[in-house]
Amino acid sequence: MRNIHKTFPGVRALQGVDFTLCKGEIHALMGENGAGKSTLIKVLTGVYEKNEGEIYLDGLEKPAVIKSPQDAQNLGISTVYQEITLCPNLTVAENMYIGRGSAKITNWKKMNEDADQILTNLGIPAKASQQLSDCSIAIQQMVAIARAVDMDCKVLILDEPTSSLDESEVEKLFGLMRDLRARGVGIIFVTHFLDQVYEVCDKITVLRDGQLVGEYVIEDLPRVKLVAKMLGKELDDMEEIKDDNQVYKGDDEYVFEAEQLQSDAGIRPFDFHIKKGEVNGFTGLLGSGRSECVRAIFCADRVTGGNVKMKGRPVKLAKPLDAMKNGIAYLPEDRKIDGIVGDLSVRDNLILAAQVLRGFFQPFSRAEANKFADEYIKLLEIKTASADTPIKSLSGGNQQKVILGRWLLTHPEYLILDEPTRGIDIGTKIEIQKLVLKLASEGMSVTFISSETDEMLRTCSRLVVMRDRKVVGELSGEDLTQGKVMETIAGGEAS
Amino acid sequence: MSMTKKKDGAALEGSKALTKKARLTDTNLLLLITVVVFVVMYAGAMIFLKKGFLKPQTFFNILNANAALIIASCGMSIVMITGGIDISVGGVVALVSMSCAVYLDYQGGNVFVSLLIALGIGLLFGVVQGYLVAYLDIQPFIVSLAGMFFARGMTTIVHTAPFNVANEAFVALKDTRINVPGMGTVNKMGNYVNAYVEIGVVVAVLTVIVLFCVLRWTKLGRSFYAVGGNRQSALMLGINVKQTRFLAHLLCGLLAGIGGYVYFLHVGSGSASHATGMEMNAIASSIIGGTLLTGGVGNIFGTFVGVLSLSTIQNIVSSIGLDQAWWTGITVAGMLCVFLVVQSVILARKK
Amino acid sequence: MTKKKMVFASRQIFIPIAALLLLALFNLAVDPSFFKITLGRNSAGDPVLTGYLMTILDYGSEVAILAIGMTLVTAACGGQDISVGAAVAIAGSVILRVLVGIGGDGTLQAPIIVGFLAACVVAMLFGAFNGVLVAIFNIQPMVATLILYTAGRSIAAWINNNELPIVTDKTFTYFGGFIPGIPIPTPFFLAVICIAITLLALRFTTLGLYTQAVGINASSSRLNGLNPVFIKWLSFVILGLCVAVVGLIKTSRLSTINYSVIAKDIEMDAILAVALGGNVLSGGKFNIMASIVGAYVIQFLTTTLYKFNVSSDALPAYKAVVVILLVVLSAPAIKDKLMGMVKKQKGVG
Repeated sequence: MRNIHKTFPGVRALQGVDFTLCKGEIHALMGENGAGKSTLIKVLTGVYEKNEGEIYLDGLEKPAVIKSPQDAQNLGISTVYQEITLCPNLTVAENMYIGRGSAKITNWKKMNEDADQILTNLGIPAKASQQLSDCSIAIQQMVAIARAVDMDCKVLILDEPTSSLDESEVEKLFGLMRDLRARGVGIIFVTHFLDQVYEVCDKITVLRDGQLVGEYVIEDLPRVKLVAKMLGKELDDMEEIKDDNQVYKGDDEYVFEAEQLQSDAGIRPFDFHIKKGEVNGFTGLLGSGRSECVRAIFCADRVTGGNVKMKGRPVKLAKPLDAMKNGIAYLPEDRKIDGIVGDLSVRDNLILAAQVLRGFFQPFSRAEANKFADEYIKLLEIKTASADTPIKSLSGGNQQKVILGRWLLTHPEYLILDEPTRGIDIGTKIEIQKLVLKLASEGMSVTFISSETDEMLRTCSRLVVMRDRKVVGELSGEDLTQGKVMETIAGGEAS
Repeated sequence: MSMTKKKDGAALEGSKALTKKARLTDTNLLLLITVVVFVVMYAGAMIFLKKGFLKPQTFFNILNANAALIIASCGMSIVMITGGIDISVGGVVALVSMSCAVYLDYQGGNVFVSLLIALGIGLLFGVVQGYLVAYLDIQPFIVSLAGMFFARGMTTIVHTAPFNVANEAFVALKDTRINVPGMGTVNKMGNYVNAYVEIGVVVAVLTVIVLFCVLRWTKLGRSFYAVGGNRQSALMLGINVKQTRFLAHLLCGLLAGIGGYVYFLHVGSGSASHATGMEMNAIASSIIGGTLLTGGVGNIFGTFVGVLSLSTIQNIVSSIGLDQAWWTGITVAGMLCVFLVVQSVILARKK
Repeated sequence: MTKKKMVFASRQIFIPIAALLLLALFNLAVDPSFFKITLGRNSAGDPVLTGYLMTILDYGSEVAILAIGMTLVTAACGGQDISVGAAVAIAGSVILRVLVGIGGDGTLQAPIIVGFLAACVVAMLFGAFNGVLVAIFNIQPMVATLILYTAGRSIAAWINNNELPIVTDKTFTYFGGFIPGIPIPTPFFLAVICIAITLLALRFTTLGLYTQAVGINASSSRLNGLNPVFIKWLSFVILGLCVAVVGLIKTSRLSTINYSVIAKDIEMDAILAVALGGNVLSGGKFNIMASIVGAYVIQFLTTTLYKFNVSSDALPAYKAVVVILLVVLSAPAIKDKLMGMVKKQKGVG
């Protein structure tokens, strides 16, 4: 197994990326969202077809042909995805053997024996005759790996397998990975957890914006440097960015306070507060729990504990409507799933939240709705054919502006923006940042989340840093520099 | 976000389950519930109601009356295991009996050809509905709803008035009784009366056994479960999902054809009102027998017990004096409703 | 741009109207007497208009009323209620039970309005039952309503102890027949009232916006403060109300009830009306007026088939063919293929 080499200048997703995996190594594939990790993997496993470039296997001269997941499997490339792609209603053994081979009749006894053999060999604590859904997620991941291993795989791709595992489960998984490495399997490991990368990996390849940043041996790349590579800022030129970053000087009135807030989305209880006219943010890598925190504030996930005060007055928030009534607005991270109502017009999407607040029996008249729509389309410079156009036919940035307009229309006191700039063009990004600062200067409190640190630094006067689903630090004033932020994000033995 | 949520819950449950060691699979758990419910119900009827329930023939009569339903339910279970549904079975049964009746009586045809007609009609419905569902990806419910109306409509187009079949060979076959040794009873006159079953019951039992084996041991059978468990995963595991769904509907149509013939053999007549509500009984039997509406879980033997439970409770209801016609419908719907809600709750808890 | 917009906005209602014109043209070609309307006198000596068109107006109104509720259920839940026929039987049974009672002599025991209100309450309760199964227990609408579909007619029979109470009072026949002096069938006016109420409700409440938002994206709706569970449940309750009105019309026509035949297969017509109105059966945007026109188109089709001596029992077979054609044509796989063919032809041309 040598030399998977591929270059394919795709349109935007991947631009001439090379990637090499050697026999018996664990190779981390890193990058922020949209860096092209999953595209690369999907090309390798035949889910997407590449536009250009070649894949070489086993040091052969001829490029391998991978056109479907089936092809990839036959060539010995197996993938274990973040979501379990096994059937939960079947037994462990069946999940390992179904869809393989040509046997028309299942020999249960032999299958269970074989499966048990493999499970023991790999040290997986599961029984062959167990139903898969009765196993923990970690075991299910391992069963998927066992299936892959038994199919004589040479390349094993693990796509964020650890994002929902606890520490002991991760440890078990790592044991298995090291074991496989010793057997000569090449493993590609995609993860957002830095600690894990440094624990098991030999090499790191970093992607950013569909381009290769570089391949590094793990010892040569300290954490802070890795974070810098992923975010695209060299440590040296980081300090100078801090320029017009305003330090919050407003009055001391707390708009929102939370104490030991906790939701069922798996974050550790956290404390949080925001003052009138303040802009602050949650930062951390993807999966660190930054979105879960704001979702808990807005009650988008079920809140399981903690106390909340609005303007010093204790309030009980149980559902999004409660939060809305208390002047909180939330622009969700996933625009498609949680934000837009695709088939409805721009106008209806704009007035939705305000309409809900106004009440069932007081619909906006056509004229009112049109007035609002025209006002916000103009204010936010939304590019749409008309207010009647279905929102799904707008571009991402304009969709985002509509959602933003929807919340501004409710005249919130506290606005939460979760990744408002993701996947939209640079011009719109800057517009949104400017708007945030303008709103804050008018007295609105804003919580801003973004994967791009410089964006956060430009807008926020205080940053709450998250790692592994818990708050690990809070930075403000002098500490608000790229370097400091990255150090805190990376944690551990940052130097 | 919700993905992670679900998984955390599942992980928690999973680790708990692991400590309990090998737990029952969903299929076996639901099967166990069904069998226990049935045994308790029948035993209760034997103890408290006595009357006929002590006679073995009562049990065999349940079988005789429900052989067709058993076969049709088996087809329904298979479709439901793959995550679909087919509500056209009742219509197909009626269409088959009417077509065969017309063929035998008016055309003077022979019994063997009538059987072929039955299989042909069933197969036709299976192929068309299977194609629409599997390859064109149309909701199974809409497809089979149309199928049901089509079959019912066609039945009256074939022949409007109900009538009995007088074809000699057929009547002979219809009246064939197979004695069950050792199960007879002594009647009031002191004569020994043999316990018997009809041919249909033999067909039904054979169907149950064959399908049980197919689902348990063949690649196709396991594919049904995989597709019903998670269609996307099944695809990733290298299963031809479209073909599997198609075959499930095909099999269901074919079984509806066989069931139609067995029904015809039992009643010996053609009528547009035959098998009214049979699709409902078939779905109810499957659900009571432990087939999950969402697919992936189910057992043919459970379906068999489900049919028996359903007809036993109907017998019980009528023997405690609630013998008006409407009680049957209400009982079936009630039982179904309870099982549906129980399943929904179990599913919600698992998530 | 504006022109394009106009075309887009009018497209949905265009489908049923085109179908209506097509059917009308067909009948005009085959037998123009289809459109003849005569003014006669009924057995009571009141002036009535008769003719195929009047029949369509008369019976199509039943379907139109149900189509209102069915459209809302479809939009909010992405599924259909197949128990409406059985529920109509229940509603009708309740009316007769209240008006005549078991063993009654046919004279009214209570004002008609009381009977109707009782039917409304009962039908809404059954709607609420369906709604609970769908909205709270997350059972697919069609399977959830299968329960009532089977049990409904039995329950209807049970309400009147399987008797067939007959109403002798003349005013009761007005609802399904003619009001003296007015030659147009009353069901049409009832439909107009229902439609007017619906349009007013859509105008003066946010029902339309909420239903569509929930049907298109329940998750997003929740984050905007809506309660998807309640909206879904509500749509079933509203359908219950429509069912009660149809129950009144149906029993009024006969002055009695036939539990196994009343409103048989009407669910099929209602679903078909929604589909023909161009509403997506998997939920989302809806257009009530299009559904209503669709309902009259269905009745047009039915009446045309009757005219060609198709028996009422065989009708479902023909309608099933229409349904299958509709869903096949709207299946994504077929749509893609058709688009591909169009493109190819363009490419060749």
